[in-house]
Parts: sequence; structure tokens; C-alpha cells
Amino acid sequence: MSDTAVNHYVSELHRLQKEMGCDNLARLREAAIGRFQSQGFPSTRQENWKYTDVRPLTRMPFSLPETGMVADHEAWLNEARLPGLDCHELVFVNGRFSAELSRTDGLPEYVVLKNLAVALEEDRTLIESLIGEDNADSNPFNTLNTAFILDGVLLSVPTDCIIDIPVHLIYLSGFSDEGFAAHPRNIIALEANASVTVIENYVGADNSRYFTNTVTDAFLQENSSLTHYKLQQEGRGSYHIGNFNILQAASSRVYSHSISLGGSLVRNDIHAELKAEGAEIALQGLYMGTGKQHIDNHTRIDHLSPSTQSRENYRGVLNDQARGVFNGKVVVHKDAQKTDAAQSNANLLLSDFAEVDTKPELEIYADDVKCSHGTTVGQLDQDMLFYLRSRAIDEETARSILTYAFAEEIITQIDLQPVREYLEYRVIGRLPDADLIKEFTV
Amino acid sequence: MLNIKNLHVTVDDKEILKGLDLTVNAGEVHAIMGPNGSGKSTLANVLAGREGYTITKGSIDYEGKDLSGMAPEVRAREGIFLAFQYPVEIPGVNNIYMLKAAVNAKREYIGEPPLDAVEFLNLVKEKVKLVKLKEELLNRSVNEGFSGGEKKRNEIFQMAVLEPRLAILDETDSGLDIDALKIVAEGVNSLRNRDRAIILVTHYQRLLNYIVPDQVHVLFDGRIIKSGHRELALKLEEKGYDWVKSEAAA
Amino acid sequence: MATKTHDVETLVKKEYEHGFFTDIESDTVAPGLNEDVIAFISRKKNEPDWLLEWRLKAYRHWLEMEEPRWAHVHYPPIDFQDISYYSAPKTKQDGPKSLDEVDPKLLETYEKLGIPLHEQKLLAGVAVDAVFDSVSVATTFKEKLADAGVIFCSFSEAVQEHPELVRQYLGSVVPAADNFYAALNSAVFTDGSFCYIPKNTRCPMELSTYFRINASKTGQFERTLIVADEGSYVSYLEGCTAPMRDENQLHAAVVELVALDNASIKYSTVQNWYPGDEEGKGGIYNFVTKRGDCRGVNSRISWTQVETGSAITWKYPSCLLKGDNSVGEFYSVAVTNNYQQADTGTKMIHIGKNTRSTIISKGISAGHAENAYRGLVRITAKAENARNYTQCDSLLMGDKCGAHTFPYIEAKNASAQVEHEATTSKIGDDQLFYCMQRGISEEDAVNMIVNGFCKEVFKELPMEFAVEAQKLLGVTLEGAVG
Repeated sequence: MSDTAVNHYVSELHRLQKEMGCDNLARLREAAIGRFQSQGFPSTRQENWKYTDVRPLTRMPFSLPETGMVADHEAWLNEARLPGLDCHELVFVNGRFSAELSRTDGLPEYVVLKNLAVALEEDRTLIESLIGEDNADSNPFNTLNTAFILDGVLLSVPTDCIIDIPVHLIYLSGFSDEGFAAHPRNIIALEANASVTVIENYVGADNSRYFTNTVTDAFLQENSSLTHYKLQQEGRGSYHIGNFNILQAASSRVYSHSISLGGSLVRNDIHAELKAEGAEIALQGLYMGTGKQHIDNHTRIDHLSPSTQSRENYRGVLNDQARGVFNGKVVVHKDAQKTDAAQSNANLLLSDFAEVDTKPELEIYADDVKCSHGTTVGQLDQDMLFYLRSRAIDEETARSILTYAFAEEIITQIDLQPVREYLEYRVIGRLPDADLIKEFTV
Repeated sequence: MLNIKNLHVTVDDKEILKGLDLTVNAGEVHAIMGPNGSGKSTLANVLAGREGYTITKGSIDYEGKDLSGMAPEVRAREGIFLAFQYPVEIPGVNNIYMLKAAVNAKREYIGEPPLDAVEFLNLVKEKVKLVKLKEELLNRSVNEGFSGGEKKRNEIFQMAVLEPRLAILDETDSGLDIDALKIVAEGVNSLRNRDRAIILVTHYQRLLNYIVPDQVHVLFDGRIIKSGHRELALKLEEKGYDWVKSEAAA
Repeated sequence: MATKTHDVETLVKKEYEHGFFTDIESDTVAPGLNEDVIAFISRKKNEPDWLLEWRLKAYRHWLEMEEPRWAHVHYPPIDFQDISYYSAPKTKQDGPKSLDEVDPKLLETYEKLGIPLHEQKLLAGVAVDAVFDSVSVATTFKEKLADAGVIFCSFSEAVQEHPELVRQYLGSVVPAADNFYAALNSAVFTDGSFCYIPKNTRCPMELSTYFRINASKTGQFERTLIVADEGSYVSYLEGCTAPMRDENQLHAAVVELVALDNASIKYSTVQNWYPGDEEGKGGIYNFVTKRGDCRGVNSRISWTQVETGSAITWKYPSCLLKGDNSVGEFYSVAVTNNYQQADTGTKMIHIGKNTRSTIISKGISAGHAENAYRGLVRITAKAENARNYTQCDSLLMGDKCGAHTFPYIEAKNASAQVEHEATTSKIGDDQLFYCMQRGISEEDAVNMIVNGFCKEVFKELPMEFAVEAQKLLGVTLEGAVG
């Protein structure tokens, strides 16, 4: 089964190599598909994929999408936009960049923000120097993405440049083309002291089956700062696999917020390497599953240098027959003394048919460190429920209020107000008595 | 207003209340006293409808309605209010909006239109003075980060806003210093009127110096073994509970 | 239970103190494994046909199985044909009838280990079964136990005297083909302890087994089976030592516990197999399958382990919480120094309603050692109101060792409450300085702090073991600081 799927992607690439253009990337793609062929799709026998079976997405031969505009994209675009957010906006429809829907004017001088396909044409060396380093044990989906590298974003911020206005990347999917695969590749390069906020927003139609296989690579030079939001609101019939790879130089800072609400089979991987002293990362995540959704969040933080710090806080709400998976690995390498790492994962199981599999991991090879993790699986607090009911609030509303309050702990950490409000609206919208509980937000 | 007859209640298959009788009329303040483990908090929780308390025998009649089987929120709408001994912290849920939802749920139940934001805010401003609660606390999460005294004052503030017919104050005096106790007591006293009944569940008679009860009951081993007036509380403080126990045993 | 640190000091020796070898004539089968060897073992033990069949079936399974490779455990491949699967001290054909017939050199060995087998010298209230290489050599206090109806004897004896019980329960918790090493054990196990506590009986004394590997090139494959019938209680202790040898020796034991309705089993281990020298040469590979089956309602199984020895320890004493309201507990201290590797933890499988489990794990790493906690808490779909609490703490001494935590939590029931916490720390310089400023030597200060770190686990051990465990800790960590 899986072999057939692998072969499908190999022949797809060979069929499309010419069409995709960028001759100088042909070799890169060819090498990647070769590696992918030897890796194959992961199976649940592999530790990293123990709780996530990707066979459903290998059963459908997803092809690259036809180019061309979808009919009602305006309505969907409005749905994806964050009210009140002043931003640079790049729009991708079914995985392909749409220049006419995008606007990037007013960027500071020397900032590069463009579709990857264009950047690839213009600057070969830059791209090649950034990509192609995924080693043999990297995630096969990452390799597959490289094999189909074309569309996506190149964002390069020069030294000392602080971009105040967030960059909003909107991926609209599944409105006309049944059964396509998109492999967006985003590259974010921050020079010393640079700073930027990037929002990746994946929005899809519920009634179509498609496969988003996205990769974002972030390279942070000294003392640079990246605030990153990923809003995953793919259609309910879709598959979403995302890899976010982060390399951090000294004193650089990353603030990542990953919110997963959509998709049928979802896997988000974040891999951060804190390569020099003083690098810091904070990962936050929220996953909410209903129906038969399967949402898997894997994070790995490598502390490779002394005095690096990581904070992680993920929360999951699982209802109906949904399944949530969390795996947070923190590796403190030899000599990474004075590492400070704290991780927490909390899960709410709201239905007898829902499931949570969680595995926080610590791997430590240095002794002067402060590391901890905590994880819980539980239900709504009975005392809180009773308190609210004794104040005349009916049970269902009380449940919604408390469920929201649980998720709110992640959302409230979001500094960017339009993003926070948009998410409050989205999250509340998933709960019963949405109108009532809207008022409760602190 | 409240008529409890031969009430037997078990918690985890253990009988806590063993035939309790109590009648409370509108306008009255009753104090329920007793040593630890006598069943005081069980009585408070049973009246408010907490899960896990099973009535095995007897009845609770409130304003002509049988309370058993009534959901806690329906009891609240019917005018029963419990001031908790340990008010729970609810992170992420705004104190004031919780209260607004409560007020409007109750109003809807009795067929009155909901208060709009301005009306509600005026109500809050009026009542918050009663217990000298810092206004900044109103916009925090329910009880989160409140001191012990602030939590108790918040309970009385909620009582003032919700205007219950029957208020049960479960050990509201515990953990309060003398100044806080006075403030709470003044708040409660200002809420006394001839339509409202109040049950004070307490361990010490100290509270009764400030809220003078019409009747005092001694709860021991799941039953009320003695009832009297204010003086009974003073005597209890002086002599402890043992004399009542031996008197009851005799 | 106060820690006498000066005891630790007097005990501190650079070398493994149980590393002597007893020169005794032994009956050892040539290295190698095939069906003939298994038939030989079975014949030697005069076993019934069904047991030989059971062994052969396990062996054939084992041949089909792949030797496990664990991500965080590293060692050269084991040559299973280079191990002798049977070694017994030579005795008269029928074996010793009483202690008087036991070879005095053997008794001497146990004296050296601090386990006198002469009943009059025994610690009051502890019955001991001693297993030397592959066979049980003596069991004490048999009569007194028999009065209470308790059966406590070597496994071989149980096969002869209580075949119906053995047949009923053997392999019922750890099936013969459960995993690679359990299958190997099922094929070649030579002896071990058997224990049956009848209904509504509180075992009148602590039961204890001491295991010792003596002969070279032998593996030890003992099997322990404990059955606690309805309403009974037993506390069982296990201790292990081995001589110093350059080559690695394999210890692949299986322990099965069965607790029926309202029964309770407390199983304590102090494992002090030879850990290898400072360069990592030699030492025991301790690959053990331990599992308890809380089969009955309100049953309870509690594992307590202090793992200080072995070159490699790989074991996950587990509980199957099948009975409603059953309780599983795991308390562990694992200490690794030099080149030792430990990968240990537990599995708590919640199946019945209202089942509860508690896991307290303390890992201490020093030198170049690797110490991993690996645990699984599984709440199955039908396990209403299951509760688990897990606390895993690691203490690192030095910057060349590793400490790892790999907890797996799988929850399939919405009433489950699972809580896991883990921390990693080192002995603080300020803590050490504080102690030393008060006149305590650095070594004693370290011992005090480490003992404090392990206190939650030590308090679960029976008194005599707790003292021994503390001493062992000091010995193992000798030279780890400074």
C-alpha cells in the first residue's frame, strides 16, 4: 500500500519536473525524492509515529493542483483575514501563490518577502545554501516537501531591521480541486537583531479531501526575534502535515503559537535547535478535536549550548471520538550547562470515546540544568462546575465556560490582539452556548 | 420557608445526617453549630444540591417544593444561595460576567427581562460597597488570586447581587480576621429582611456577636440535639460541646 | 528511620564487596542451547511431561523472535550459544534434605553475603530461599510457614510437590512467548522460588530469596511465582549478588505475581549484581520480566526496587489492574555509576473500574552512566474512574552521565485522571557547602542528600532492607563526587 503511494509521488515528480521550472532545483528535488523513496512513509512501528497512522493519506494519490483561480475565493479570504489586523499579506490558493490577492507594499528597505518560486528564479545560491540539509533521519514528509519545492515564502530580514507590521500567510485550500497535494515551503531568515511576526493561516473547505504538506524553516542570527503563529483550520476532510524547523544563534528568541482546530488527520512537528548561548524559545499550543479528528503535536527542542532556555505549554481538548497526541522532547546535550527547560501538557477528555496519548520526554546529558515536565489528563473540575451551577448557570453552559477557560490559558498568552480575538471567536464558536460564554473571557 | 423532616444523607455509603429536623421561616436567622464532623457542611451542600450526597430518607420542603432531585442551578434560580466554605478558584472565567450570567439566568427563570450591561453595572456598583470589595477584583477570574478574606467577601457580594430568598453561609467566618469579619457581618446584616431567611453554619460563636441569630441549633452526629436562643451559643463557647452531648445522651 | 552516615563511610570500599568466587565442585552443562539441553534440564529436575512440552514450545517461539534493540541501551551482541544453561553445586543425587547436608562452602558463601542460612542466626521473622547459580540450595523456616498453610519452597520442589498449582498459574501472567527474554527464560529456567498464600492468611513472616551467580560462563534464569489467594497478604524480598568477572553474564529472570480478591502482595528487590569495573568491563546483564496481575477485586500489588548493581538493567515491574478497585504501586531507586546503564520503569495497565496506581521513580546518575525511566500508564476504555499519579525525579552527578525520562500515557476513558511530573536536578553546591560548613565530610554530605532524595522509596522497604539499601547507595556512588 505504502509502496504504491511512494511510487505515486516519485512518478508525479518526474511528470512535473519540467512544468515546475527552476532547473537549478531539479537536482535538489531529484535527490530529495531519492531519499524519500528510501525512507518511505512512516509506520506506527517507528517510535515517532507510534500513535499516528498515516496510511489514510497514502491511500489517495494526491497530485499537484491545477493552477487557476477558485470561484468564491473572496468569501473565503474574508473568512481567513483577521479583523483589525494591519499586515503584509501573501495568499496561496490550493497551494499556488496568487500575486493578485497578495499585498506586500511598504516593507522596510532590503527586506525580501516574495513567493519562493520567484525567489528561486532570482537567487539560486541563497536557496541552495538554505535547503537540502535535511539528513537521513529527518521526517519523511519534510523530505517529500523538498522534492516538490516550488511555492511558498521567502522572508529575509536584514540586520537591525524590525518589521512592526506582521506578515500574514494565508493558505486557502480545497475549494475546487478535489484530491490535490500542496507542499508549501517557507523560509524565514533573520539577520542579527532583526525582528518579525509571521502568521501562517491554513483555511480549507470541509467538503473536499486534500493534503497539505507544509514546511517552514527559520534561521535566526544573533539577537534576532521571531514571533510565529500557526493557525491550522483546514477542512474537515483534509490531511495536514506540518514541519517547523528552527535554528537559533546566540540570544535569539522564538515565540511560537500553534493552534490546531481543523483537519481530519493532522500532524505538527516543531524542531528547534538552540545552537548558541542565550537562545530562548517558548512554544505554546492548543489542539481541539471533535468528531473523528486526529491531531498530533510533536515538538523537539535541542539545547546544544550553555545557558539556553525553553518553555513549552500545550493544551488539548478532545471530544466525541477525537484523538489527541502530544510528544514533547527536550534534549540537553553534553556541555549545555545551565539549561533551563520547563514543559507542560494538559488534556481535557470530554467524551468516553475520545483518546489522548501523551509522552513528554527528557533526555539529559549535562548535570547543571533545571529541567521539568508535567502532564495531566483529566476532566472538568467538579467543584468549579458545582460552583457555577449553584450560581444559577445551567450545566451545559457551565461546561462550555470551563472548557473555554481551559483553552483560554493558551489564547490569553497571545500578545497580538487581533490574533487573540480571532481565536477567541473561533474557539468559542466550537462550543455550545457560544454567545453566552463569549462574555466570560477575562 | 424551609422544612426539613427526618433527613438521612449518605456520602460514599457512609451516613452523615441521621434524621435531621429543621424549620426556618422567612425573616429568620438560624445558626447551626456543632463540632467538626457533625454534618454541618453536609447539610449546606445537600441544600445546594451538590453531587455525591444521597438522601436515603426524609424530605426537604422549600416553599412548598420538594428539593430532592432538583438541579443545583434550578435551586439557585428558586432563590437558594450557598456561600461556600472554600470558594473554588476558576481560572479564565471572569468574576463579573459569571455573576451577570447568574443574574440573568435567574431573571429569565422568573420571567423578567435580562439586565443590560449598564443596568447590571449599576447594580454591581451599588452592591460592591456593602462588602468593601476592591473593584479591581471584579474583573479578575473567579476567586483567582483572592486572599481568604477577599474570597469570603466576594461570596457575600454575590449574595447581595443575587438577592436570594434562602441564604446558607457555610463557615463564612472561618479564616477571617476581626476586621474582615465585621465587614462580612455588616454585609450580611444589611441583607436581613422579613422575606429572606439565613442559615449560618459555624463552628464558633464569634460570628454571632455580629450577626445575632433568632435561633441556635446544635448539630451532633447527624442530628440536631439542642435548639435555643442566642444564649445557647454563649454557653457553648463557655462550656464546649460536651455538656450538650451528655445532656442529649441522658 | 535515621540514616547512619558513618555506616556508609565504613562500608565504602572501592571494590564490589560481594565479588568473591566460591570454589565448589559444580555440575555444569556445556555451553550451548538446543532442545537436547532443555530436555536435559527437564530430566535433571525430574519434571512432568507437560512442563517439558511447555519449555519446548517457549523455545520454539524464542527461535522465531528477534532479539530486542533498545534505543538507550548499548552493549555488544550476546552469543546465546556461549552460555551454559545449567550449573548446580554437586550434591548427592537427591539434593540436600536439610541444612546439615548443604555443602559447608555454600553456607560460607551466604555467610559472606550476610545471609546466614542457619535458622537460629536468622533475622527474626524472615524466611529465606537461597538460589545459587541455577538451583535453590536451602529454604528456611519451612515448618513454621507450613503451620500457617503457606507454601514457600524452591520452584523445582513446587513442581514435584504442588504440580497442580504450578500448572494453574505458571505463565498465566507472563506468557511463555511474552518477549524475547521471557521466552528464553521459559525454555531454560532452572529454579527459583514458589510461594502460595492460602485464603485469608496473613503470611506470618517476611519471605526472602537471595540469588547468587557463581560459576563463570553461566546464565541465571530463575523463575518466581507468587500466588496470593483471596484475602491474603505477603511481603516478599529479593536480593541478588554475583562475583567479579571480566566477561558479561546474563541474568534473565521472570517473576509472576497473582493477587486474587482482596489479596495484597508487596514485592521488594535490592538488586546488587556485579556492575562491572570502573572501565565498564564485565558485569551482569540484568534483563528481567516482572509482572503482577491484580486479578481480583480490591487486590493490591506493590513493587519496590533499589537497583544499584548490574552493567545493564532492563526491567519494568508492571501491574495489570484487572480487578475493580485494585491498586498498583511502583517505587524505584535506580543508581548508576561508571559505565552502568539502567533502563527501568513500570507499566500500569488500568482495566478494572476505580483502579489506582502510583509511580515514584528516583534515578541517580554518576560517572559515565546512563539512567532512563521508561513507563507506560494505560487507561483502557472500560476503566472507569482510573487514577494515576507519577513522579519521576533524576539526580545527576557529574557532566558525563545521562538521565532520561520517557513516560507514555494513553488515556481512553473520559473519567481518567492522570498526572505525571518529572524533574531533573543536581546536588547543589550550596547544599554541599552548607553541610560541609557544619563539619560533615563531602562524601557524607552527598550520601545524606542522596538518601534524602530517595526517602520516599526507602520508606516503602522493610526495615532490614532499607538499611541495606542505604548502604549500597553509598558504595555505588563511591568516588562519584570530588
